[in-house]
Amino acid sequence: MFGRLTLEAFKHDPITTGGIIGGLLSILAIIVLLTYFKKWKWLWREWLTSLDPKRIGVMYIIAATLMLLRGAADAAMMRIQQATSVGGSHGIISTDTFQQVFSAHGTIMIFFVAMGFMFGLLNLIVPLQIGSRDVAFPFLNSLSFWLYIAGILLINSSLVVGEFSAAGWLAYPPLSGIDFSPGVGVDYWIWSLQIAGIGSLMSGINFLVTIIKLRAPGMTLMKMPIFIWSVLGSMMLVLFAFPILTATLAMLSLDRLLGMHFFTSGGGGNAMMYINLIWAWGHPEVYILVLPAFGIFSEVVATFSSKRLFGYKSMVGALGGITFLSFIVWVHHFFTMGAGADVNAFFGIMTMIIAIPTGVKIFNWLFTMFRGRIRFTTPMLWFLGFVMTFTIGGATGVLMSVPAIDFQVHNSLFLVAHFHNMIIGGVLFGFFAGLAYWFPKFTGIILNERVGRLAFWFWIIGFLLAFMPLYVLGLMGATRRLDHYDATLGWQSLFIVSAIGGLCIIIGVGLQILQIIVSVFDLQTTWNKPLLRSVGRTILIKLDSLVGKREFDKTGDPWDGRTLEWSTTSPPPFYNFAVIPKVNERDAFWAMKKTADNDQKPQYKDIKLPKNTGAGLFVAGFSLVAGFSIIWHIWWLAAVGFIGGLICLIQRLSDDDTELTITVAEIMINESKEHA
Amino acid sequence: MIQHKSDDRSTFGFWIYLMTDCVLFASLFATFAVLRNNTYGGPSGNDIFKLPFVLSETIILLTSSFTSSLMILAARRGNSARVLLWLMTTSLLGLTFLGLEISEFSKLISEGYGWQRSGFLSAFFTLVGTHGLHITIGLIWATVLMAQIYQRGIISSTNRRLTAFSMFWHFLDIVWIFIFTMVYLMGVL
Repeated sequence: MFGRLTLEAFKHDPITTGGIIGGLLSILAIIVLLTYFKKWKWLWREWLTSLDPKRIGVMYIIAATLMLLRGAADAAMMRIQQATSVGGSHGIISTDTFQQVFSAHGTIMIFFVAMGFMFGLLNLIVPLQIGSRDVAFPFLNSLSFWLYIAGILLINSSLVVGEFSAAGWLAYPPLSGIDFSPGVGVDYWIWSLQIAGIGSLMSGINFLVTIIKLRAPGMTLMKMPIFIWSVLGSMMLVLFAFPILTATLAMLSLDRLLGMHFFTSGGGGNAMMYINLIWAWGHPEVYILVLPAFGIFSEVVATFSSKRLFGYKSMVGALGGITFLSFIVWVHHFFTMGAGADVNAFFGIMTMIIAIPTGVKIFNWLFTMFRGRIRFTTPMLWFLGFVMTFTIGGATGVLMSVPAIDFQVHNSLFLVAHFHNMIIGGVLFGFFAGLAYWFPKFTGIILNERVGRLAFWFWIIGFLLAFMPLYVLGLMGATRRLDHYDATLGWQSLFIVSAIGGLCIIIGVGLQILQIIVSVFDLQTTWNKPLLRSVGRTILIKLDSLVGKREFDKTGDPWDGRTLEWSTTSPPPFYNFAVIPKVNERDAFWAMKKTADNDQKPQYKDIKLPKNTGAGLFVAGFSLVAGFSIIWHIWWLAAVGFIGGLICLIQRLSDDDTELTITVAEIMINESKEHA
Repeated sequence: MIQHKSDDRSTFGFWIYLMTDCVLFASLFATFAVLRNNTYGGPSGNDIFKLPFVLSETIILLTSSFTSSLMILAARRGNSARVLLWLMTTSLLGLTFLGLEISEFSKLISEGYGWQRSGFLSAFFTLVGTHGLHITIGLIWATVLMAQIYQRGIISSTNRRLTAFSMFWHFLDIVWIFIFTMVYLMGVL
């Protein structure tokens, strides 16, 4: 009846139990709050069933933020463990839990934090920046989002029911095969990624078609904002890389479920093929994440230097070059596997070459700042921090691209420091810059600068403290994924420095959350609600005076922006633009501001927009059921999940009445309200 | 026939989807190429493949591609009875193909040459089976389309779906040509 699911699956060690109780309590708190404020209907109508990319984008970012907290908690446990588990002491968690923690940390940070932030920002900004009202396939967009949520729920339910994979974030076989990982952990890993990955693939199709087909009239390819170019490159990588992930996960799953021999040690399997396949997806994945971050930095640096981006064409060329080259460097992740000197030399040289277009971009950004009128706002600070950390990370990357050097530092903490340098310093800083830059656009509220700056400084100092010691430790011979080491090695002091750095980062994350709270809510009046009265009035008032006044964006263009998203109100109306703008120049809105002739009366036309639907949510819900029951071998329930999802999907795709029309009269009423 | 602007968009989107499916199959083909000699003491392709049988499968599938083109021609003329007829023929041919494939699979399994036998057989069953799974999805799709055309006739939405279905079906045909060549022909030769 319940497959291999027994009560045993609910027994956990104290730390995990603490985490579970914390998680369940916060879910309970949310339910209580929603019921207390009578918000369930509002939530369903305005958010959960919405096909508006602006709403979906916000939901992506909220989910990614929650997952950032989960991933950060995992990181904190690892830092504490490695700082304390020396010699006679064995730290706070067991070896097995430690393995699950580092596997979960990597998986969650890449798939559910970085990807979530990325698709969130894409949803918010891509349609606005190309002067469109929507994405190409609104329902598919909602389905992608809910599949991402299903992946999140699945990976987090492994905390409560059963266990998570202990085979690292890429689950190399034969360790991840059924012989060495007989539990449900690897299955959780497979199915949460499979479900979320299919969502990402569909998003890739969606945004590619959106950019190709839905640009405003006059916006030729070479007049697109550079962020759109970066997204185009990133989505092309999604289309080529994610099917490989789907196939690879499916094969690993067939090995485990049906006893096939793709990657097994015996039976004619070939584990090295898995390493090749997973990195043929995994390396492009790094660029899928970092290209949009590059795009964000390009927008930020041009806006806050009040200058045109330096070298637009070379920037586009560099993006194209990176997109292409990112597919022929994957072997540098496993030079030590034994592909031979010739193969390693080819991939080593390609890896060095990919540093060239990346260097071109760095110089373009620096030249954009040169003689610009620079405003040092928070997004700009993230950019400057990025330039420093990314350059360090890039230099260590080029070091490791030499196979002979890679043999020395392979799987050491040097590597761990390197890729955190790229992913935190490159990707995450980029998304933080984007969040601070575009927050006024989709909320109408400017984020508090004072707290934002403080958060940045905690982040950057914490980041350097946490990861620079790891470079040194790596050179001293510390391998990654150690839960215990000998005291005589003399590593502990550096691990303690790294843990202090981790603490600073966590304070930084806390400050970012505080930043959003103090920017969005007026603490003095919010305090007056009975439920919050107990929090303590004096603290809130103190805080309020400390952070200064809240700021709003009434003009729609708080930063003196250059691209189309700033030409509409903040937040934009649900149809984005009452009249689709005509583009003549590269920095379209900047050009419009220079040649302003606003005397013409706008000519409104009827607008067609998609109706709300819960179908995406239901399909994803059934996928979640199917995934969970395959993990636990509950076959009848898996059938229910598949058939239910299929029926929902067929029903939705057969529906011919999915759009509603907004008439000219309605637009006029709404527009006069917006501009009042 | 009125061409809607969103038709253009969804056809383009469907092309992109087909390309991603192409990459999925490419991964499976690459896997098969790596594992095709890993027979682990079990049978090789030469021992188990019967070319005349596979040829008849191929001819049936190619014919179904032809009938699906006839269906599109009928749809362009707005003749929903003809569309139903050709869609039905296409599905029946597809169903026959699927039946043949299942009989081949079950014969192999009953002889003890299931997917657990060797890396080669795992790769074979997965590659050919994934194609079969796509055919199954295509058959479900065709059934839903038949119901829709029966109810609503040839309107812009059903016409758009017929176009996508036909693209999907031709795509599966092309994949099969590659399977026929790389798996069966090269396995026997």
